[in-house]
Amino acid sequence: MATIGRLLILAIAATAPLWVWNPYHLHTLIMAGIFAVLALSLNLLLGYTGQLSLGHAAFFGIGAYASALLTVKLEWSPWLGLLAAIAAPGLAGWGIGRLALKIRGAYFVLLTISFAGVISLVSVNWMELTNGPLGLPGVPPIELAGFSLRSKSAYYYLVLAAVTACYLVCLAIVRSRVGRALVALRENETLAASVGIDGTHYLVLAAVVSAAMAGLGGGLYAHYVRFVSPEVFLFTYTVTMVIMVVAGGKGTLAGPVVGAVIFTALPEALRELTSYQWQMLVYGVLLVLVLFFLPQGIVPSLRAMAQRRA
Amino acid sequence: MSDALEVQDLAVRFGGVAALGGVTFAVQPETVTSLIGPNGAGKTTAFNVITGFQSPTAGRVTYGGEPITRWRPHRIAARGLVRTFQRTSVFPALSVMDNVLTGLHLRGRIGLAGALLRRDRVRAEERGLRDDARRVIEFVGLGTRGDALASALAYGEQRLLELAIALAARPRVLLLDEPGSGMTASEKATLAALILKIRDDGITVFLVEHDMRLVMGISDRVLVLNGGRLIADGTSADVQRDPEVIRAYLGHGGQGAHAGA
Amino acid sequence: MLGATYSLLGIGLTLVFGLMNVVNFAHGEFYTLGAYATFAALALGSVNFFVAVPIAIVVGAVAGALCDRVLLRPLRGESIDTVMLVMIGVWIAMQNAELLGWGGVAKNVPTPLPAQPITMGPLSLSPLRLFVFVVSGLLILGAHLLLAKTKLGRAMRATFQDRETAALMGVSIDRIHTITFAFGAGLAAAAGALLGPVFLLYPSMGDLASLKAFSVVILGGLGNFAGAALGGIVLGIAEELGAGYISSGYRDAVGFLMIVAVLLLRPAGLFARAERVG
Repeated sequence: MATIGRLLILAIAATAPLWVWNPYHLHTLIMAGIFAVLALSLNLLLGYTGQLSLGHAAFFGIGAYASALLTVKLEWSPWLGLLAAIAAPGLAGWGIGRLALKIRGAYFVLLTISFAGVISLVSVNWMELTNGPLGLPGVPPIELAGFSLRSKSAYYYLVLAAVTACYLVCLAIVRSRVGRALVALRENETLAASVGIDGTHYLVLAAVVSAAMAGLGGGLYAHYVRFVSPEVFLFTYTVTMVIMVVAGGKGTLAGPVVGAVIFTALPEALRELTSYQWQMLVYGVLLVLVLFFLPQGIVPSLRAMAQRRA
Repeated sequence: MSDALEVQDLAVRFGGVAALGGVTFAVQPETVTSLIGPNGAGKTTAFNVITGFQSPTAGRVTYGGEPITRWRPHRIAARGLVRTFQRTSVFPALSVMDNVLTGLHLRGRIGLAGALLRRDRVRAEERGLRDDARRVIEFVGLGTRGDALASALAYGEQRLLELAIALAARPRVLLLDEPGSGMTASEKATLAALILKIRDDGITVFLVEHDMRLVMGISDRVLVLNGGRLIADGTSADVQRDPEVIRAYLGHGGQGAHAGA
Repeated sequence: MLGATYSLLGIGLTLVFGLMNVVNFAHGEFYTLGAYATFAALALGSVNFFVAVPIAIVVGAVAGALCDRVLLRPLRGESIDTVMLVMIGVWIAMQNAELLGWGGVAKNVPTPLPAQPITMGPLSLSPLRLFVFVVSGLLILGAHLLLAKTKLGRAMRATFQDRETAALMGVSIDRIHTITFAFGAGLAAAAGALLGPVFLLYPSMGDLASLKAFSVVILGGLGNFAGAALGGIVLGIAEELGAGYISSGYRDAVGFLMIVAVLLLRPAGLFARAERVG
């Protein structure tokens, strides 16, 4: 039953450009896809390892900048740029994981915030490298076999492929011994250590994969919007990711994807009616409400309801 | 083959207080050795230091001749010394099966690369691990509760689950921190039988306990701590007759000197 | 001078964490609230500056009390992560509410104290900054006295050290929680009210304040009053040095870097051996 559902969703998603005729809606779907990648990455840390990273926008930004800088200043191929977008933040994630050692909980959150803060300040102040607040325009589009993926339909498929790949990566990790170790870290790290699970090793692992995935999202963003500025480090991106994961359902795989779609579609729908500040205000209130009434998130709550009916 | 777990001049001091004031003893392989003493005598501190959860101020811990002092807990566990905890310690949100599967961590090999690239090996490993898990669950007597959530288990069952998780890690030395606390008399009898079976399988059991009847009934050797110092080391009969041990217990209002939960 | 206000911010936050085990990510928003309340009192209520500041403190404290009763009390038993996320939600909501209410344009708080420094012999002091410093110092002293000498302070310290015993002795834990949170919020609001005239007001000013507060708390050790007080001064000085030697754009990075450095090297805080809570 669940498999049929998933195949159906995949079929709908795969054929979307055929029946979504409004290019603006297709744009929304593309952004939703990019955010799904980001949400899945944050979920690895928050949902499975149990540590909250409030600096995740930093990995997103590093990925975007890495790809943009290499393709604009050194004229590398955008595919190599994407590779760099995965590798550079991955390295940063490794650094944070190694630095964190035994740091957990609120301290870890502060560490990630500080990291993001420093990176953000660097991107604004280091004019020679990043052009500061002016940003980097003219990021080239991605080319596949001679075709420039400039059209929305083409880019949509690229993003869809990325989302599927990331989902499968998360699935593979979660369903293996590695995933169990991560969950053990979240549930009871002391007990985990007593049966031989090295907390630092697995935290670093989760951080690297999570950061690399977020970086991929950044790279995809850079070649889609084709302009990168320090705004990618805005805290609002991190907040949005957190809401997507928490409201969608942390610790599940479908949750972040559902969260990403809802919280990309919602602001677009609201954009007609209200301003950006109202949207963020609603986000804040919504986060609190979800934590009060649906603490598990939307997907697990729906599943629980479905089980009760059965 | 198992080796001896040895502790030499182990001391833990902070401020002016000595939780452990220079203790030396050896736990012989394939025995059940118990560590007893009045409250605050330093038993759990000794456990914590041996298993890497606390650093000693002085002294050494060796296993099979190899020094393991100050190793990180997961490394000590990998070496074969696995402990349980005084307060019930399980993975509450996971099922009994998943709890034990986590305990089997060291028996698996798959890392990140394997998980992503060799799905066939992952499947094979998971199958093997599940079989192992079922065997351990049966051994402790939780055979019917495999799918239950750990948080849904009764207290006594949770303590059995703890034992199962520790056993899954394939210990050579099993350190049990007050395994019988909070159990009913019949649960303790089951526990005693399990501990003897474990020893007969070749695993050394080192336990901290307050229940004298339980201790004296199954121990091959008894160590007594008081105020951070070792005051007796011998068979249960020897220790029960030792005047200093009697003094230590009577001095604390006789608590623990008679059998009781 | 900034150091003293950082101390104010830090003390509030460290008390809330130490006593209630709540990581208050919305702390900076109470700072902002204090600043805007002062502005409102002056612009709309046309009261004296010296009256506006206490009003702002009261507003902050009341908001804090409300926050605790409505949001934190029902979540008392929940994990620290859930509470953390809730406070993040409050943070976002409050900041954007302020954006909507006051607009994004920075505002100026008029004050009867001149900001221009007067030269007195070898010293050059700005009366405004001196005022901020003195009042901050008085507030810190007042907070210390409250905790050390009053019955309420004793109750707070007791709850901090051993919750169950305190409850058995008849202390109403819920009330202490609300008072502590209000206290922390009030101190943050005070910092905001005092610094409002020194800098401009804009809705996201709280973000930096939050961050500095966290730096101070980590420097001094969680739950450590004296540590927070000293930590604030240390941070203030470090920032001055940092801004002097590296470019001033990186001034705020000092706070971040201190957090990272202390977390890695001395997680218990620089002053961990100092007394806890007074």
